[in-house]
Amino acid sequence: MRLRGKRIVGFLLALVIIVILGYGIEWAGLGVVGLVETGLLAMTPLALAAVGECINQKSGVVNIGLEGILLITAVTGVRGAELFRDGYFGLLTGLLTGAAIGFLFGIVSVYGRADQVVAGMGINIFALGFVPYLLMAIWAFPGIHIFPPELKVHPMYTPIGQLNAVTILAIIVSILAHVLLHKTLLGLRIKAAGEKPEAVDVAGVRVDRIRILTSTIGGALCGFGGAFLSLAWFGGMVKEISAGRGFIALACVVFAGLEPLLALAAALIFGFAEGFAFSVAVTPEIKRVMPGAFYFVNMIPYITTLMVVTVAIGRRRFPSASGKPYTRE
Amino acid sequence: MRRFEIPVRPLVQSGVAVSIGLLVGALFMVIFGYDPIRAYYSLFMGAFGSIPDFVETMAFATPLMLTAITFAIGVKTGLFNIGAEGQMYLGAIGAVAVGGAITLPAGLHVAAATIFAMLLGAIWSLPAAFLKIRMGVHEVVSTIMFNWIAFHFAIYLAIYYLAEPGRAERTLPALPSAQYPRLMEEATLTAVIFVVLAFCIGVYILLWGTRVGYELRLAGTNPDAARYAGVSSWRMVLLSFVIGGFAAGLAGASQIIGRPPAWSLYATLGNVITLGFDGIGVALIGRNHPIGGILAAIFYGGLAHGGRYMEYDVGVSSELVRAINGLIVIALALPEIIAIIRRRLKR
Repeated sequence: MRLRGKRIVGFLLALVIIVILGYGIEWAGLGVVGLVETGLLAMTPLALAAVGECINQKSGVVNIGLEGILLITAVTGVRGAELFRDGYFGLLTGLLTGAAIGFLFGIVSVYGRADQVVAGMGINIFALGFVPYLLMAIWAFPGIHIFPPELKVHPMYTPIGQLNAVTILAIIVSILAHVLLHKTLLGLRIKAAGEKPEAVDVAGVRVDRIRILTSTIGGALCGFGGAFLSLAWFGGMVKEISAGRGFIALACVVFAGLEPLLALAAALIFGFAEGFAFSVAVTPEIKRVMPGAFYFVNMIPYITTLMVVTVAIGRRRFPSASGKPYTRE
Repeated sequence: MRRFEIPVRPLVQSGVAVSIGLLVGALFMVIFGYDPIRAYYSLFMGAFGSIPDFVETMAFATPLMLTAITFAIGVKTGLFNIGAEGQMYLGAIGAVAVGGAITLPAGLHVAAATIFAMLLGAIWSLPAAFLKIRMGVHEVVSTIMFNWIAFHFAIYLAIYYLAEPGRAERTLPALPSAQYPRLMEEATLTAVIFVVLAFCIGVYILLWGTRVGYELRLAGTNPDAARYAGVSSWRMVLLSFVIGGFAAGLAGASQIIGRPPAWSLYATLGNVITLGFDGIGVALIGRNHPIGGILAAIFYGGLAHGGRYMEYDVGVSSELVRAINGLIVIALALPEIIAIIRRRLKR
């Protein structure tokens, strides 16, 4: 099978890249533990957003507004944490905000028969303005907000390094999503709603409800990831906090061909690329040797995304009713 | 060419979407305790209330007309090209490199800086076009990645090669021989607007008045028919990306050699950032039509310029206008919104 061959090539290439990066890091005196910690941190929001998107795309709802959802929920997560004086409630607030956006997006794409790509881009543009507006309206400070450190969602300290509970949760969610899609009746209906909505309708199941449900789940997971960005990783909020991660998550989905477990693997690759860039960018040694390298190091996640997507893309088959509204005859 | 008709339906649809966007924007103001009526009053008076203000609104509209074309010509060819942002950064760098770092005779200098900026914009669009044509990589993912790569690359160039000595926060300003003349003392509009309008009209004529334009649109509306008619689809994709790159490159140049008082690029890219994304909304409000895009750009230019008055008078962050732009886009994505409202009213 050509498809499988390409996928294996993609994985091998990614592994080679990771090994090279590992050596590069040792050379720069960074230590692999730091890389693994940052890589897993970077993987978590990508995996959550990508797995959610896999679920809603399976049912035929394409949401390219992940970037915007990540941004908005990064703010609402911080706000929730401050209101309830607890970081975990902040994560929950982010999840609920994401669910609400996903629900509205589902309504818009199912009943409004919207062009989903345009509506998704609308979410991104909206967030680009709404987030700085919120920062001003809530905290009266432009572009950045640092919350009290006791609200941060702290990692667990294991013998091999720091690990955040949400990261483990993200891995569990990916497995659950796989089980949901491939082992349950609901999963069968979700897939059918994306492939042959007429058949689902004839079987007496409401296509509209399935699509709104999956869109809500997708938004919720993405929102969880957005709140994770600000609350567990950065420890603050800047107006560019998502920095293209929503689109990198979309790349994970494309890479994975809508399979949650493959999306998790893709998120791991991109997470490590980002972790690498992140660790190198803060290394004083590199700044001393090559002062301009900082800007090129920052490009690594995006270049990795382009390379991996290009190698792995093959002839992915997407649900035939993907992105199309369904009308009953 | 066809007989000119006033397109009523699209105008009504855009009007409804704009109203929805402004209404929801007002709702967000109420939630956070601002007075939306006063805010919108100072916004619209600030944008269109006096002749200098209207001219300033046009200065804000100028780059948006172009980044809107980048997106619109993509849609006309069946692409979702959101790479205007990065191509525009490169255009701005090109304008600084020729306009600020090289000396040339007066008339030639402006032309050379403009053309070089457009070329850099087009060159930056090529990798995404190549990945689309040869590898089947979807342009939504690839163009965004190239935007971010361009962001870091442009800052690198601005700081390490083009910085103004002694002023690290910005690049070399364009030399007077490379500057488009100002049209008015009280506003920042320059003669670059004429180049931009000519470019927009040129794209309109290309799309609706030439064979190539017909093939471009056919490839977008009916790829199968285009294939049977012998239209080479990869050439159309490439052409669409390149024209979009020219437009975005010119947009970047218009903010350097056509926008006083800085005549230069800030090292944070602060004076060009998000113009490419704003163009997507403008293109959609203008129904992905070059002429509609001009009108929509003037509308959004008004929001952008008037938003500063809104911030000053009422304290509402001017960023809200960008959120309103997004809301308008979401509302525009509802093709049946009027039909739904009408059905509800009849009941």
